[in-house]
Amino acid sequence: MTAIAKKEKAPKANNRIYESKGEPIFQAVLVIIFILMSITFIYPYLHVLVNSFEDPDFASASGFRFFPTKPTADAYIHMFNTDYLWSGYWNTIKVCFLGWALSISGVVLAAYPLSKKDLPMRGLFTFIIVTTMFVSGGMIPTFLLVNNTLKLGNTYWAILLPSCISVSHVVIARNFFMGLPAELEEAATIDGANSWQILWKVMLPLSTPVLATISLWVVVSNWNAYFNCLLYITDSSKYVLQVVLRRIILTDSAEMTRADDTIASTLNTDTTTLRAASIMLATVPILCVYPFVQKHFAKGMLMGSLKG
Amino acid sequence: MSTVNNTTLLTHEAPKHIRFLRAVKKHKLHLLMIVLPILQFIIFKWGPLYGVQLAFKNFKILKGIEGSPWVGFAQFERLLTSYDFGQVFSNTLILAVLNFVFGFPAPILLALMLNELRGTKFKRVTQTISYLPHFVSWVILTGIFMDVLSPSRGPVAAIFKAFGATPIYFLGDPRYFRGTLVVTNIWKGIGWGSIVYLAALGSVNEELYDAANVDGCGRWKRIWHVTLPGITPTVTIMMIMAVGNLVDDNFDQIFNLLNPAVYSVGDVLGTYIYREGVTNMNYSYSTAVELFRNVLSLILVVFANTVSKRVNEYGLW
Repeated sequence: MTAIAKKEKAPKANNRIYESKGEPIFQAVLVIIFILMSITFIYPYLHVLVNSFEDPDFASASGFRFFPTKPTADAYIHMFNTDYLWSGYWNTIKVCFLGWALSISGVVLAAYPLSKKDLPMRGLFTFIIVTTMFVSGGMIPTFLLVNNTLKLGNTYWAILLPSCISVSHVVIARNFFMGLPAELEEAATIDGANSWQILWKVMLPLSTPVLATISLWVVVSNWNAYFNCLLYITDSSKYVLQVVLRRIILTDSAEMTRADDTIASTLNTDTTTLRAASIMLATVPILCVYPFVQKHFAKGMLMGSLKG
Repeated sequence: MSTVNNTTLLTHEAPKHIRFLRAVKKHKLHLLMIVLPILQFIIFKWGPLYGVQLAFKNFKILKGIEGSPWVGFAQFERLLTSYDFGQVFSNTLILAVLNFVFGFPAPILLALMLNELRGTKFKRVTQTISYLPHFVSWVILTGIFMDVLSPSRGPVAAIFKAFGATPIYFLGDPRYFRGTLVVTNIWKGIGWGSIVYLAALGSVNEELYDAANVDGCGRWKRIWHVTLPGITPTVTIMMIMAVGNLVDDNFDQIFNLLNPAVYSVGDVLGTYIYREGVTNMNYSYSTAVELFRNVLSLILVVFANTVSKRVNEYGLW
């Protein structure tokens, strides 16, 4: 596989770039630009990481920092001893898992029937699903429906149900199912399998790449979601991690309003390190998994854009 | 394929309703499968449309949606005469234009630059790093930017000081807040946004490059005459989507970065709808503002699609 891929790529690269005298200089300039750009993408995390291990007295030091002046894990120890961080973590894990199960089953159950060209009322179903990309009732009508009419307020169903099936995911999965050879299904039908069995035993095993990509998207968006929780969850022990973080980060939003925050920062050095530690605790899971899964994200992004 | 042919053969002569019933019978399990997803869409996506009538009513909590009195276009009159709304609407438009002018071409430029780059490994590492911010929420990024962009202790301020300039309060100074929003938005989305253009660049016909080379085209001519026309369909589709999203402002970004010091320049329709609706409990007014925005947004999508179809025959539908 890799050998073939390399063979294909090699002549491409040669054809692509046409020698000229300025080429090495041009390449050097590009490399420098990209290195600078990469620094802007990486340094902010490093800055916060350093701050999280810094002694509060030194956290207000200005400028670029690559090592803590006086390393300490106090901020982490403080965060580990708070309840809301752990409850936030646990709630987010629950929401991510439930949300994943709901989304993936919803997407498959919508996409597989829609991949059948002779499905009765297919046009109507497609209309019901796709139109919601362009037409929406809005924040307050949705809130009144979920909170007052359906009485889902302060439960995780209010976070999960309203947005569990994404239209673009349905379209991607449907296109994928349509691309699978019809002979496979026919063979299974001849063997006496019904539609459930075909879906479960033939289609799903074949569509692991697309389902894995959609799963990654869904988990990341649930991990990062905060708005529905902010809107519907009133009980602070039910807050998800992002809402807990939002509270920590924006607690001293008074600091943000002050034109000169020097005073505020000397008074609140402690919150700087605590904030940094909580940011790191919430980001580390993403940063750890990210290098291994980012390829799949990119691939899936193309599945959506090329066919959608 | 052959199942489709068989059914068409069998049902060719039958009247329409018989054919429909036969199709239902054939697909009964498929129809059973799609019931729950369709219900989800009907309840949670179509259901809220019932509440849009609030925009023409004066919502009373005890009376509910039906019981509240109709007030015609009173909410919209309030909207048009309110000073807040005028400011919020112009902020939205200014930010939309800034984001479109600077934010839309940014990933295309990145993709073009990556495309000219030789080292494949360096290229891959750069791409991987550039996707990273896409996966971090605006809640966390707000916390990060508060430190990094801080005028007293941030590294950006240190650069300013090194050049003898006064550090800028990016998140709290109305003069710079819009610029901060545009730049941080590009920072977050540029890498991820470039993926789709890189794919389009990869599918440009190689022979065209050869032909351009034979004709003695330099780099810039090659980019202008071969590369850019090659990605025009993709750019057009992305542009239609961008135009459709113009008035939908980057709610997650602005909602988290916004603070009272910069309301005058950073308060947009999304944050205004939230504040009026959720914080001030002006349900009817908030719904009216959002209806106004959604209708405008729909008009923009249809407009962009029509124009693009007429100009270069690519459209979303």
